[in-house]
Amino acid sequence: MAEYILKTPLTDADVQKLRIGDSVRLSGTIYTARDAAHKRMVEGLDNGQPLPFDIKGSLVYYVGPSPTKPGNVIGSAGPTTAYRMDPYAPRLMEIGMKGMIAKGKRNDAVKEAMAKHKVVYLGATGGAAALIAKCIKKCDVIAYEDLGPEAVRRLEVEDMPLVVVTDCHGGDLYIEGRKQYEVR
Amino acid sequence: MRTVKAEEVTEALAKVAVNANYDIGPEMLRAFDQALAAEKSEAGQEVIRQIQENARIARQECVPYCQDTGFAVVFAEVGQDVHVEGNLTDAINAGIRKAYTAGYLRKSILNDPIERKNTGDNTPAVIHYDVVPGDKIRLTFGAKGGGSENMSKQAMLKPADGLEGVKKFVLETVSSGGANACPPLVIGVGLGGTFEKSCILSKKAAMRSPFHRNPDPFYAALEDDLKESLNKLGIGPMGYGGTVTVLGVNIEVHPCHLVALPVAVNVNCHADRHGEVEL
Repeated sequence: MAEYILKTPLTDADVQKLRIGDSVRLSGTIYTARDAAHKRMVEGLDNGQPLPFDIKGSLVYYVGPSPTKPGNVIGSAGPTTAYRMDPYAPRLMEIGMKGMIAKGKRNDAVKEAMAKHKVVYLGATGGAAALIAKCIKKCDVIAYEDLGPEAVRRLEVEDMPLVVVTDCHGGDLYIEGRKQYEVR
Repeated sequence: MRTVKAEEVTEALAKVAVNANYDIGPEMLRAFDQALAAEKSEAGQEVIRQIQENARIARQECVPYCQDTGFAVVFAEVGQDVHVEGNLTDAINAGIRKAYTAGYLRKSILNDPIERKNTGDNTPAVIHYDVVPGDKIRLTFGAKGGGSENMSKQAMLKPADGLEGVKKFVLETVSSGGANACPPLVIGVGLGGTFEKSCILSKKAAMRSPFHRNPDPFYAALEDDLKESLNKLGIGPMGYGGTVTVLGVNIEVHPCHLVALPVAVNVNCHADRHGEVEL
């Protein structure tokens, strides 16, 4: 398993070299969105409205942070469970999203779309929310402010610790990793 | 008759709720140390190291361990010889309101499952009351994460399913949903009672320390047995594959109807945040 240092935006070549189990340190700009924001973004696209950020080469982090304490950049900010975004993710891949950061298994439709559009799914450690917040150097709400913790934020991250959990070659760490340790 | 003022309840609970969200506590830290020693996968070890470091940062900087600061669940054991001056339920909710507002905790509670508007202060709490002998009030608070709660299940098994049926149901529940629930997990099993009683028992079990065994030796052995079986599933920390899927299995039991074998599995993540206070 390799270790990679990645910078945003991601290219097809960046994504194609990644395999499940590889560890990644990510730096650059990422965008947050979860349930309500995904619903709004996809409904907007269906009505011909643009997304609140440039989707080409982008990574979307599924997170709803806790409130920011005075003097801090952001509140605690660990990943939420990804499957709830499965109905929306393929639509964003079609128009250029290159990565998703979250936790938990994806469905087959998402995995097929990832292979087709060369997209990587990176796992962040769920519950390690105070640790992950340390990697976030800047945070701006850029859309849907009324959604509170679910608003879309632009984050500047440095050395965010991630693991490739689903790659664009059909690999799924939730399946392969478990196989290695399951005692039947 | 002893008197406790509603404001005392509010203040004490607010303190417990904030502290539980910032400081995972010595028993969970001990469970993480043991998990790191037992974990064979490198990816799993890295996850546990991150969890340990996260706990340290959260405690030192007084920030939430997890951004999902949970549904506030309160088990209130109220002594029958205590008089509460004021409204106890309002006092508990005021404590939660204060903790989640002043403590910069996330407000995740919606007014209605269909309308879905945020109540803005993480109230109301889910409160389970029990009237007990004595003149004290004991409040046990848990911040229950939504992701792991979603992986929980209940079944009304047939009596013929027996012990094997119970084990199978626990294994299937963790096998299918465990990876999504932020393992390593603490599994609460409620066994017996009625449909709703089994669920409440499972919550009580999930909020118990993974080091406190059921006082009945039969169920204590079943807890150990289930822990061993669950750790053979191979799910591992965060589901990346490994030998530590659960930190512990806690079972709570109640007598049941002759036609029934209710079993509930409440899945708790490694952010098993709880605390208690006696007034």
